[in-house]
Amino acid sequence: MRLLLVEDNARLAAAISDMLVLDGHAVDHAGDLATARDFVDTADYDLILLDIMLPDGDGRVFLQGLRKRALDVPVIVLTARSEVSDRVGVLDLGADDYLVKPFDFSELEARVRAVLRRRGGARSNVQRIGDIAFDRLAGTLEVADERIDLRNRELRLFEVFAANPNMIFSKTKLVDRLFSADEDVSENAIEVYVGRLRKHLTGSAVTITTVRGVGYRLSIL
Amino acid sequence: MRHFIFAILMWMPVAVFAFEIESEALFEAENETARLRIISSTDEAVFAPIIAQFQSLNPSISVYYVVASSAEISKAISQENEAFDIAISSAMDLQTKLANDGFALQHISAATALVPAWGNWRNSVFTFSQEPATFVLSNAAFEGLEMPRTRQDLISLLRAQPDRFDGKIGTYDVRTSGLGYLFATQDSRTSETFWRLTELMGSLGAKLYCCSSQMIEDVSTGKIAIAYNVLGSYAAARTDLADAVTIVAPQDYTAMMLRTAVILKTATAPDVAGLFVDHLLRGAWGAPPAKEVAEYTRPIPLGPGLLVFLDRLKRRQFLAEWTNAIEQ
Amino acid sequence: MNKRGSILRRLMLQLVGAAAVLAAILFVLFQSFARQLAIEAQDNTLFASASAILESVSVQQGEVNVDIPYAALSMLGNVSDDRVFYRIGMGAVPLTGYDDLPGKPGADAVSWTDQYRGDDLRMVQVSRALSVAGTLRDVTVVVGQTQGGLAQKLAQISRMAIFIGAIYFVVASLFAYWTARSTVRPLNAVAEAVARRGPLDLRPVTKPVPSEMAPLMVALNAFISRLDRSLTRSEDFIVEAAHRVRTPLATVRAQAEVTLRRVDRQENRNALKQMIRAVDESSRAAGQLLDHAMVAFRTDHLDQQALDLGAIAAEVVERQTPVAALKDITFDVDITAGGGFNGDAILIQNAVTNLIDNAVKYSPQETTITVSVKGNSLKICDQGPGFPAADIDTLTDRFARGTNVGNTVGSGLGLTIAHEVALAHNGALTLSQNPKGTGACVTLSLPS
Repeated sequence: MRLLLVEDNARLAAAISDMLVLDGHAVDHAGDLATARDFVDTADYDLILLDIMLPDGDGRVFLQGLRKRALDVPVIVLTARSEVSDRVGVLDLGADDYLVKPFDFSELEARVRAVLRRRGGARSNVQRIGDIAFDRLAGTLEVADERIDLRNRELRLFEVFAANPNMIFSKTKLVDRLFSADEDVSENAIEVYVGRLRKHLTGSAVTITTVRGVGYRLSIL
Repeated sequence: MRHFIFAILMWMPVAVFAFEIESEALFEAENETARLRIISSTDEAVFAPIIAQFQSLNPSISVYYVVASSAEISKAISQENEAFDIAISSAMDLQTKLANDGFALQHISAATALVPAWGNWRNSVFTFSQEPATFVLSNAAFEGLEMPRTRQDLISLLRAQPDRFDGKIGTYDVRTSGLGYLFATQDSRTSETFWRLTELMGSLGAKLYCCSSQMIEDVSTGKIAIAYNVLGSYAAARTDLADAVTIVAPQDYTAMMLRTAVILKTATAPDVAGLFVDHLLRGAWGAPPAKEVAEYTRPIPLGPGLLVFLDRLKRRQFLAEWTNAIEQ
Repeated sequence: MNKRGSILRRLMLQLVGAAAVLAAILFVLFQSFARQLAIEAQDNTLFASASAILESVSVQQGEVNVDIPYAALSMLGNVSDDRVFYRIGMGAVPLTGYDDLPGKPGADAVSWTDQYRGDDLRMVQVSRALSVAGTLRDVTVVVGQTQGGLAQKLAQISRMAIFIGAIYFVVASLFAYWTARSTVRPLNAVAEAVARRGPLDLRPVTKPVPSEMAPLMVALNAFISRLDRSLTRSEDFIVEAAHRVRTPLATVRAQAEVTLRRVDRQENRNALKQMIRAVDESSRAAGQLLDHAMVAFRTDHLDQQALDLGAIAAEVVERQTPVAALKDITFDVDITAGGGFNGDAILIQNAVTNLIDNAVKYSPQETTITVSVKGNSLKICDQGPGFPAADIDTLTDRFARGTNVGNTVGSGLGLTIAHEVALAHNGALTLSQNPKGTGACVTLSLPS
C-alpha cells in the first residue's frame, strides 16, 4: 500500500516509516501541511497518517480541506490529545480512525488494516500462492475456492510468510511481527501458531517448512 | 301593684314654696329608696296613671308631684332655684329657655333615641305630647252654616257675617296666658293672616280668656260661637261636650304645641329622673302613632328661635301691637 | 452567603416611612385648614345673626326699639343645638337680652371666645351709630353661642383627616411596595438569567438592565471573560502538557520498537522490551492523570444530555475491536434497548472506554469479553485472573492495583475514574467475580 505520513517530528516519522516499510508498505513523509498538500496533489495514496499539531497549522484544517475537495482517501489521525471530545471531533471531521501517541505499532497496523479493509476500494488485492487465494485486505484464505477460517494471529502469520514467500523467518522475528512489544511471549508460542497454520494448510499446495536452527519458511509443494 | 300601699291625695305640706302652686301630691312607695320631685303644669289627674305605671315598674321610688302654672314653674327654677328633679310644662318656650340658660341636665338613653329630631333639643328638652291649636266651634251657632276649615275661611266668614259673630268670638288673652302668647306669636310669624284676623276679631269685640277650659265651656253653651287658637286636646278631653262642639284643625296649617319634660340641674338623683323620663318617652314614642299625622300640622320648632318672643323688648312690642288690634 | 440587609426591604421601609411622614403632614394640614373653615363658618353664622338683630334696631318717637327677627336666633338653632345668648345695648345701657353677657366695648365686627355662666362661648359683636333724640349713640349687639356644635364638627373633621391620612398611607404603601418590587425586578431577572445557564456557558450577559446596574454588568462580564480565558488557558495548558509529554515518549517508543525488530540478541531484546514497557507506563499514567483531572473538573459542572448507555457501549466496543483482535479476544455484546438517562456525554464515554480498555488489557489470549447493557446498567466481564476477594473493596481507591495483575502495565486509575464518574451521576460501580468461571465483572449502574 502507498501511505502518506504527515508528521513534523523527524525521529518519530523515521521510526514509523521504517516500521511500515518493514510491513511492506511504501511510505511518503511530509513534515508540514504545505508539503502534504503538494504530495496529495501529485500522487494517489491508499491511506494518510495525519498528525494534528503541525508547525504550519492544525492537521484538522487539512483534513477538512481534503473532504471538501471530495478526496475520499482514508485518514487515520495521530494525536497527542486524548480527550474524547477531540477524538469524536476528529471522526466528525472525516477521519476514519485515530491513534493516541505513543501507540503500539501492532495497534497501528491493526487499525490500518481495519480501515483499509473497511474502505475496500476497487483495487483487488488478492495474492495467489500455489492454489491459495489470499486476500490481504479482506483477510480471507481460500483453498480451491473453499474458505478457510483463520484466527487473527494465524492470518497475520500467514501474511508475513506470504509477503516474502521464499524468506526464512526466525522465531524472534515472528514474535516481533505477531506480538506487541509489551507482551511477554516465549518463542514456543510461535511453534504453537505455526502448528495451527500448518493444520489449516493441509490439503493445499502450500505449507510451512521448518528450517532447523534458523526458522520457518513458506513453501509451495 | 298590690305589693305596696301608696297614698294618693295625701295632702302633706312637704315644703313651703316661694312660688304659687296649684296642687301637690305624694305618691309614696314602700321601702322608699329614692324620691322623685316633679314640677308640672299638667293636672295631676292626667299624670296619675303614668306615675302609677312607673311605680309598678320601679316599686321603691316615691314621686312628689307639684302642679303650677308654666310661668311659675319657670320662675321657680330660674329665679328661685327651687330644687326639683323634673320640670314638665306645656310652655315649650320657657322650657327651652331653662335649658338654654343652663338649668337642664343632658340625658341620653335608648328611650331618648326614640324621640324624633324636632322633638329633642340638646338632649335636654324632650317632647312627649303634641297638641294642636284649633278652632272650637259651637254646633248650634253654625247650624246651617258651613264651618270654616282655614284661617282664610274664618276671615271670609267674619267679614261676610259680622253681625252674627259680633261678641261671639273668644281667644286667649295673650297678656296673661303663656300658651296663648305662644300660639299667637307663632301664628304671627307663620301666616300673614294673623294680624288681619286679630284686627277683625277686635272689631267684633272678641272676648279674652285666661284659660282653655272656660273658653270651651262657653262654646258648648253657645255663649261664644268660635274659640280661636284653643288647645285642641283639652277640647277633645271634654267628651261630654262632643255633641255641642266641633274641633277644627285649620287646614292651611295647624300649629302643634310640644309638651316637654326637662331634667333639672338641681336634680338630686338624675338617674332616677332619667328613668322616669325614659318611661314617659317610651310611652309616647315606643309604639307607632295611633293615627296618621296630617301633613298640615306643624310642630312648633324647639330651639333658640323660641327665645326671640321671650325677649322683653320684643314681647313689649308684640303685646302693644296685639292690644292695639284686639281692643277697639 | 453573606447578606447585608435587603434592597427590597430598605426601599420599602424608606418609601413607607416617607409615606407615613407625608400622611402625617397631610393630616395636620387638612385638620388645621378644616378647623379654620369650621370656626369661620360658626363666626359667619353668628355675624349673620348679630347683623340681622342690629338691622332691626330702630328709633321710634325718641325711643330705641329692637324687633329681633325670629330668623336671627332660629337660624342658629338650625345650624346646631348650641345654647344661645345675646345682648343688645346702647353705650353702657343694656336694652334687652342677657344683660351680663360680656362684650368688647367700642368694637365692631369682632369675634372672640369668652366665658359665661361657666361655659366657653364663641362671641361676636357688631355695632352701629344711631341718632337718638338728636344725639349719636352707639348700639351694640353681642351674640354668643356654646361650642358644642363646633366641637362635634371638629371631631368629625379630625376623623375625616385621620381617614384621609390613613387612606393616603395605605395607597402610598401599596404604591411603595409595587415600586420597590419593580425596581428590584431587573436584579432578579439578571440573577435568574445567569442561573439558568448551562455549566459551559461563558458568554457575556447581554440582558438589558437599568443604567445604574450597567457598572455591575460590565464587571460581571469582565469577570466571566476572565474566567473563560482562565479556563481556556487551563485547557490549553493540559493540551500543551499532553503534547509535550507524549510526543517525546512516542518518539522513544517508536525507535525502540524499530530497534527491537532489528535486534536478535536476547539480552538486548529484553532491555528494549523493558524500555518500551516503561514508556507505556509513563504515557498511560500521563493519560489517566489528564483524564482524571478532566473528570474532576467536569463533575463540578455536569453537562446534562440525554444519553443511551447501550449506544455508547456499542461505540466503544467497535473502536476497541481491532486492538482486541490482536490478542484474538472477541466481544460478546448483548444490548437490550430501553433505559436512557441524563448525564455528561464525555465523562460517560470516558468511563466506559476505561472499563473496556481494562477488560481487554487483563484478558488473556483468545478469550471472550461479555458486554451487556440492560436499561441503564452496563456489565463487562472478562475471563482473566479476576479480582481477589481481598482486593475488591480497595480497587476503586486511587492507584490501587490488584495483587494478581502481575506484569500487566497499568497505572491503576482506570477503575477510579469510572468510579468517580459513576458517583458524579449518583450511580454506582460494583466489582464482582465472573459467575461463569474465572474472571472479573464490573457493573456501572446509573439512575434514570
